[in-house]
Amino acid sequence: MSLKAFHIVFIALSILLSFFCGVWLLREYASSHHAAFLVVAILFLVAGVGLICYGKSVLRKLKHISYL
Amino acid sequence: MSLINQNPSHMEIPYAVKPRPDTGLYNAKVGIWLFLASEVMLFGALFCSYILMRVNAPEGTWPHHWLNIWMGMTNTIVLIFSSVTVVLSWASLKMGQFKRYKFYQSITILCALAFLGIKSFEYHDKFIHYQVNLKDGRIFDGHLQSAASTTNQFVFKGRFIDKPEELYNPPLEHAEEPPITIAKSDIKIDPTTKQPMMENYGPWHNTYLAIYFTMTGLHALHVIAGCIVIFAIWGPLAKVWEQDPERYVNRVEVSGLFWHFVDLVWIFLFPVLYLL
Repeated sequence: MSLKAFHIVFIALSILLSFFCGVWLLREYASSHHAAFLVVAILFLVAGVGLICYGKSVLRKLKHISYL
Repeated sequence: MSLINQNPSHMEIPYAVKPRPDTGLYNAKVGIWLFLASEVMLFGALFCSYILMRVNAPEGTWPHHWLNIWMGMTNTIVLIFSSVTVVLSWASLKMGQFKRYKFYQSITILCALAFLGIKSFEYHDKFIHYQVNLKDGRIFDGHLQSAASTTNQFVFKGRFIDKPEELYNPPLEHAEEPPITIAKSDIKIDPTTKQPMMENYGPWHNTYLAIYFTMTGLHALHVIAGCIVIFAIWGPLAKVWEQDPERYVNRVEVSGLFWHFVDLVWIFLFPVLYLL
């Protein structure tokens, strides 16, 4: 597996983590009503979407590099 | 044709740069994946230990919210960003842009140092965090501000615990606590050790902190190792790029694979230790 393939796996897991953190922080906000939790939750959800876009651009830009 | 040149001064290890026909990979890549497989077993064993200890802990005794999630989240972002710069540096080299590679890889090194800086701050926070058992039966939990040896007094910032459950599950966010002075004479004496019952949140404090320091400490050692390798390729070994560019690109790829593994371990460590 090349660095390209490993990077795509890593970014996929990072996207999952971003959404998990976002949901976890929203739950904390629901119980504590601290604005900081809501702000960071939104940041993580946006980061998750950003990582999806980044992953797509990596696939496009590195298409000439092998997965092996 | 012989794979090894018969002249000892020109002996060359085969497939160090070009891929082997049978595996389709150059030797270093096969080597790093075998090494990473052994690393998976090492960290896998620690994750299994964590799960077993947590599942078998008596109800209400497994700590929550003991770690600073904001620092953990910052470190997560730093490591994800560093994996992006590693790939960008490798892709730059593939396109022959050596200056770009140097730039991106220097950011990776800075990210590694930032991660270690934040981690050491977290460790320091745990080493000045104390649980104090008082003679009147109360428990105090807080951060040591100063200890005056002449007056035998300690100044903490923290709170008195009414119920033991509060010790294991403190609120995630709480108001600024005022300084509290505790005299050494007010602290309960351990009947076996004859020492005051006042212990910091080091790895000896309980099972949770023991596994926390073991896993994050081992991970931090990997970050240090990765940082040294990336720096060595970036700095002292950069002349290989002019002599044998393909070999240099392969070295960057192999170090990048190791770095991604280190980042991947953190992607699992963070939610397991900080959030769940």
